[in-house]
Amino acid sequence: MVVDSYKWLPGSFANYYRALPLQKADPLPWTPLAKPIEECRFSLVTSAGLYVKGKEPPFDLERERQDPFWGDPTYRTIPRDVKQEEVGVAHLHINNADLEADINIVLPVHRFLELEAAGEIGSLAPTHYSFMGYQGYPRNTDEWENHYGPEMAARMKEEGVDAALLTPV
Amino acid sequence: MVTAMPETGERLGVPRIVGVEFPFGHTLGHAGDGEEQMKVVRDALRVLRDARQPNTVEHLPYEWPDVERWKQGWHPSEPAPIIAWLIEQRRRQAAEK
Repeated sequence: MVVDSYKWLPGSFANYYRALPLQKADPLPWTPLAKPIEECRFSLVTSAGLYVKGKEPPFDLERERQDPFWGDPTYRTIPRDVKQEEVGVAHLHINNADLEADINIVLPVHRFLELEAAGEIGSLAPTHYSFMGYQGYPRNTDEWENHYGPEMAARMKEEGVDAALLTPV
Repeated sequence: MVTAMPETGERLGVPRIVGVEFPFGHTLGHAGDGEEQMKVVRDALRVLRDARQPNTVEHLPYEWPDVERWKQGWHPSEPAPIIAWLIEQRRRQAAEK
């Protein structure tokens, strides 16, 4: 089975994404896995607009409402011991209801804790990350590439992360 | 990367891509279905372990039920601001014709 990448998109949006002038990275990024999965520390990254209530502010949806051509490029940190009820969702482009019920559908923190407890992975890192996937029209990911992405990667290195699971929405 | 749009990941050169035909906002599966989420997570770990070259893509075979409902179901209750703007632009262009 080949996944239909445009299955869930209305026709005009499917055409828009098909026609995006995407550049394949050159050289292709590649770091071989240096140790068995059972020894690896993992961090999780999503673009679902998650944040921990009372700890960090939500993504700036008010500015996006005022300027629809802009999307908040910052990220929020999610600790490994987060509880579902502590998480808020700030994303104007997807239905938030199921995320508010179970963050594991985009940030499988609790599934990775189970794997850690079972010894199937080395460990789950202390910190995980949520971005908010809408980055403007036309799309502008400069802040991600030049600022927030490298900052997140540096934090992952400090925490001894071996591999990151990315789950864009 | 686990994604509903593996073609985009492949076009960008993402190192390891796991495609899953689940609606946007439900990358690992249904809310409350830990078993389904764990299945996708384990598939992703297997690809991480077994991939031997950059831009590896694997397509998972899982089907999402009630597809026609979910083609609308993943949308927010109100159109995002840019979508509302685009809809208004189209309406104006149509009215001018």
